[in-house]
Amino acid sequence: MSNPIKSAVRAGLFRLESGWDMLVGRESNPMYCLGAMSWFFFWIVGASGLYLFVPYDTSAVRAWNSIEHISREQWYWGGLIRSLHRYGSDAMVLTMMLHLVREWCLDRYHGARWFAWFTGVPLIWMVFSSGVTGYWLVWDELAQYLAIGTAEWMDYLGIFGQSIARNFLNPGALTDRFFTLLIFIHIAVPLFLLMAMWVHILRINRANTNPPRPLVIGSTIMLVALSLLHPAQSHPAADLGKSIGELNPDWYFMALYPLYDAKGPLVTWAVSIGASLFLSLMPWMAFGRKRRAAAVVTSDLCNGCGNCASDCPFGAVVLRPRTDGLHSSPKLAVMQPDLCTSCGMCMASCNKTNPFLPHTGETRATAIDIPDFTFDLMVKRVSARTHGLVGKNRVLIIGCEHGAVLDHLKGPSVGVLPLHCTGMMPPSLIDYVFNKDLADGVLVTACRPGECFYRLGPEWTELRMNGERVPKLRGAVPRERVRLFWAASTETKALMGELAAFRVALEELPPMERPESTKRRVAE
Amino acid sequence: MIKPRHIAGQAVAYAAFALMIAYFASHPVYRQHDPSNALLKLSLTHAGQKVGECKERSAEELAKLPPNMRAKTSCGRERNAVTLEMDIDGQKVFAQTAKPAGLSGDGRSRFYDSREIKSGRHVITARMRDGNDPKVFDQVAEVTVELAPRQVFVVDFDEENGKFEFK
Repeated sequence: MSNPIKSAVRAGLFRLESGWDMLVGRESNPMYCLGAMSWFFFWIVGASGLYLFVPYDTSAVRAWNSIEHISREQWYWGGLIRSLHRYGSDAMVLTMMLHLVREWCLDRYHGARWFAWFTGVPLIWMVFSSGVTGYWLVWDELAQYLAIGTAEWMDYLGIFGQSIARNFLNPGALTDRFFTLLIFIHIAVPLFLLMAMWVHILRINRANTNPPRPLVIGSTIMLVALSLLHPAQSHPAADLGKSIGELNPDWYFMALYPLYDAKGPLVTWAVSIGASLFLSLMPWMAFGRKRRAAAVVTSDLCNGCGNCASDCPFGAVVLRPRTDGLHSSPKLAVMQPDLCTSCGMCMASCNKTNPFLPHTGETRATAIDIPDFTFDLMVKRVSARTHGLVGKNRVLIIGCEHGAVLDHLKGPSVGVLPLHCTGMMPPSLIDYVFNKDLADGVLVTACRPGECFYRLGPEWTELRMNGERVPKLRGAVPRERVRLFWAASTETKALMGELAAFRVALEELPPMERPESTKRRVAE
Repeated sequence: MIKPRHIAGQAVAYAAFALMIAYFASHPVYRQHDPSNALLKLSLTHAGQKVGECKERSAEELAKLPPNMRAKTSCGRERNAVTLEMDIDGQKVFAQTAKPAGLSGDGRSRFYDSREIKSGRHVITARMRDGNDPKVFDQVAEVTVELAPRQVFVVDFDEENGKFEFK
């Protein structure tokens, strides 16, 4: 990552997340599931909106009174629901914008990920449109301010037959039909938003749209408590015969309006359209980043087991009926290169990616491979990086090039093997290290779950090493000689400490019993 | 299962989250207009007069036209641009010429202006030129008003009666 500002922001973000983990526990840290949190708040806003729709009066004269009735006469329930509707939408804006900033920080917006980024930009417009039309419905002074500001802003485009702002010239100009139109927009836009949110995650395999239960419970309690302690209130009823003085705007939705007041419609359009265009084109502005070659399937080796399709974070691998007759299996893994990020998780999941399998010639083949970091190269690098290690506590560190800096840990007894992602390490590789007496311990390090540059790498690694997901780490592998440690790029020192502790623990272990074949190889 | 040491941390984190949502949901306070001032809005849409005079078609010309298009007069569609000016207490504060809308230039010209004005007595003069003579304002109107703080005063054009409207 060459951008120093982004590097600094990312380092700060990792430190913040690490500190937050210590404070609240990893499961309750919303930073790892900001997108899912936005989904959760969307459902809160949708459910509360359904309730509010029933007693709301779509009339210019009675709209404000009906909201006041909900808020004051039914404060215990209607007022609570109204406040949940408001604060839920504010929380959605907050998590959505944090989600955007975090994905930028983690460099997760270009290459195969352009689609999710690009389709995310219209979501911002839709969320803001939903929010602003919602505030109009209250028809208080804030609504008056927003309505006139938005109408003037829209009129500047000159594409509407009639001036929208003329609807708000005086009290008589406003009709009930306008409010019927407004509530239609306020319901229709969120429905389109929901559809757009679905499109946004279309190319993401196992997209997380549900935050962990502790976060759901905690956030719900927080919103309810906030709604009871600080219920949402209306401004005085709108009066088109009076100008707007002081307001308490909801800045999550209305930050652009003061810009409009100060600089006028041209600057506001330039900023909003310019920012949207800039955001939309960002995936193609990631200059100097060479996209790695996509994974390649070797048809005659693929047995159509589907592990790769299941593990690919972006759904780049799909199973299709086999037509080439090169294997007896009815299905074949097919790679969609445009969706591939070359993380290598498919390679690790393949049951042919096993260094113990017999191979012809000098090259180990597997059914799905990464061209610029083949499985064969990985095995050869394991041998090379462990060659010449000395001592009784020789360690091979296998990690991710996006995580802690492994080169800082190299030593006479320590070899390092950085991969595209730790998720591209087949568990059998650890078995291979011990079987061939290449090291006395293997330290696997990965970015913290949720911070993976790709997606799911740490999660798959942990499950595979715990024997909870295929391919599993063989039960006979001595677990006391294998350690898994999460370390972000800012946590190289912590990884050093973990390495030192691991080496001390290895020193105290009895010598490892090697298989007969290995003993012979060592003796030779 | 939440660890006991995390309960206090979560309480702090959720409180901070709630505080952040609640604060920016209504603060800081924003002032759009000075409450001691009034607001003067100039808003009108008006179609200028047609550019050319209508011409009577001769019998020969009518005969050349399809039967359903034999209108006795031939009028151009294009309208004049409309010029609008407004003075407050003798000071010109607004002057704009707006082209007619539409590809054929046959639509209405649109004006919109909104400005703060000190409350109190003011003389407001509006002038509009929509005809073919560039030296003449076809519509002129003047009003003396006593504006209250926060009052919205609108200058419009009554198309039905063909004159400026102050309300």
